Amino acid sequence: MLDASEGYTTEDGRKIGGVVMEMKNITLRFGGVVAIKEISFDIREGEIRAIIGPNGAGKSSMLNVISGFYLPQEGEVWFRGERRPQMKPFEVARQGIARTFQNIALFEGMSVLDNVMTGRLNHMKSGLFAQALWKGRAEAEESANRKVVENVIDFLEIQHIRKTPVSRLPYGLKKRVELARALAAQPKLLLLDEPMAGMNVEEKEDMSRFILDVNDEFGTTIALIEHDMGVVMDLSDRVVVMDYGRKIGDGTPDEVRGNQEVIDAYLGVSHD
Amino acid sequence: MPEQLIFAMEVILNGLMAGVLYALVALGFVLIFKASGIFNYAQGVMALFAAMTLVGIMQGQVPFSHLINATFGLHVTHFGWQVPAVVAIALTMAVMVLLAWCVQRFVMRHLVGQEPIILFMATIGLAYFLEGVADLMWGSEIKTLDVGLPQGINLWIDETTFNIFGYGFFIDNLDIVATVIAALLVAALVAFSQYTKQGRAMRAVADDHQAALSVGISLNFIWIMVWSVAGFVALVAGIMWGTKSGVQFSLSLIALKALPVLMLGGFTSIPGAIVGGLIIGVGEKLFEFAIGPLVGGATENWFAYVLALIFLVFRPQGLFGEKIIERV
Repeated sequence: MLDASEGYTTEDGRKIGGVVMEMKNITLRFGGVVAIKEISFDIREGEIRAIIGPNGAGKSSMLNVISGFYLPQEGEVWFRGERRPQMKPFEVARQGIARTFQNIALFEGMSVLDNVMTGRLNHMKSGLFAQALWKGRAEAEESANRKVVENVIDFLEIQHIRKTPVSRLPYGLKKRVELARALAAQPKLLLLDEPMAGMNVEEKEDMSRFILDVNDEFGTTIALIEHDMGVVMDLSDRVVVMDYGRKIGDGTPDEVRGNQEVIDAYLGVSHD
Repeated sequence: MPEQLIFAMEVILNGLMAGVLYALVALGFVLIFKASGIFNYAQGVMALFAAMTLVGIMQGQVPFSHLINATFGLHVTHFGWQVPAVVAIALTMAVMVLLAWCVQRFVMRHLVGQEPIILFMATIGLAYFLEGVADLMWGSEIKTLDVGLPQGINLWIDETTFNIFGYGFFIDNLDIVATVIAALLVAALVAFSQYTKQGRAMRAVADDHQAALSVGISLNFIWIMVWSVAGFVALVAGIMWGTKSGVQFSLSLIALKALPVLMLGGFTSIPGAIVGGLIIGVGEKLFEFAIGPLVGGATENWFAYVLALIFLVFRPQGLFGEKIIERV
């Protein structure tokens, strides 16, 4: 079903485009521990791509490689048709890759609105003095950025807490604010690190709906890591399965479900 | 109006003016502390360094002249030109930015993620290093700094108050200028941190490094910027104090006066630094005026510290600081 050609069509009829990001033979080591071993996969334009696997499989490490927080010892990262040179995380972010964190990294002292506004930092071009005095181009730019931000806030249904300091919010809402900040950057690739970890059923349903809506409405390409198999299979178009740092499966949810190695990994068949 | 009350009014006014100068130094501390969690012990020395550099550039002194002369057997001291104050201030600012870059590149970058106490120790080292460099660059003799700020008694206030109270207030013009400049500086800093991209990024970095990286902020750049801003505040404080009491080593000790100001105002609050400075300034002058004669005077030496001590006992986060809550 999949080859190097231009995309494919999903079961629900969405058109998936060409390759946005490609990982080629990535190996990541921490001292003697091999966290990721020679993994290759791609992420295509407009799709929801999941990386799953048992605890310690190297999923988060993989996300950190994509977002530049970890530097792999071997392998190549290709983004939008170009090989990515060695980059700092902030440079990766400036390329248009936004992310959320497993343990939520928000600016606790700021309001929800200010947090989401930081997502626009890389879209601000006018000079320092113009901004401080709030005149001319800076003013137009500020209101354009504000519009994007308000859109995202409306979309994720967090209008009622716009002015609330983030530190006062419950866990589920914090996760949503983090997603809002990432979305505000209008990323070319959105990385979600366990977006539903620690949530109750209702919150999980909300988050799933938002992820689907984001993909649908803005056409955002999404790569996510998730523990909850049920959620992943419903959400994603294609799934990479990892176990002990290796890739043991790659394909549509149905294909992966039928893969014997994947079943073994999840049911805990001994490796000998 | 009774004579005592009129005197007290003059004392309060002078206290307010002195307080503004304390606040100027305290501001530099607050800025770096807010943005990077580092208590910058070197802030006072930075003010001294800035003032010395400014004087040196204005008088066309050859930097490191003692060193050069001793090494090569020369006798150069001055280039023989005078640099206008405005140009010299701009050049000094450039030097402070360069200093900020060096501090980040050679010291702080290697200490990212260390305990606050280690960072604090590093700034103590920085303070002594900078003091030595300043001496070596510009010589250790006391210099006068005159960038053209008005000095001496303000005659208008003297006359007006004389006409009203029958007693002329002595208010120094320099203190009035310092107050105006401090107000402008604070307004500029607030505008910078609230409304600019860099200001927003600075607040973001102060809050969470990981999150800041993920929205595309370069930590390195922000830290250099923060040290540059602190350098700018040090320069302003250096000009004010240097003009008032000459550029000399004791200038770096005004940093010690900033400590009680910070304890009063809170380490994380810009308005706190201002209010704290004013309270200390007025408090110590008024205390000296009212209680001083009873205990043999010289209360200005210790009043601020005792006040800070009392604050530490009853309100350790200061007047405006964030409340310290340990969650269990």
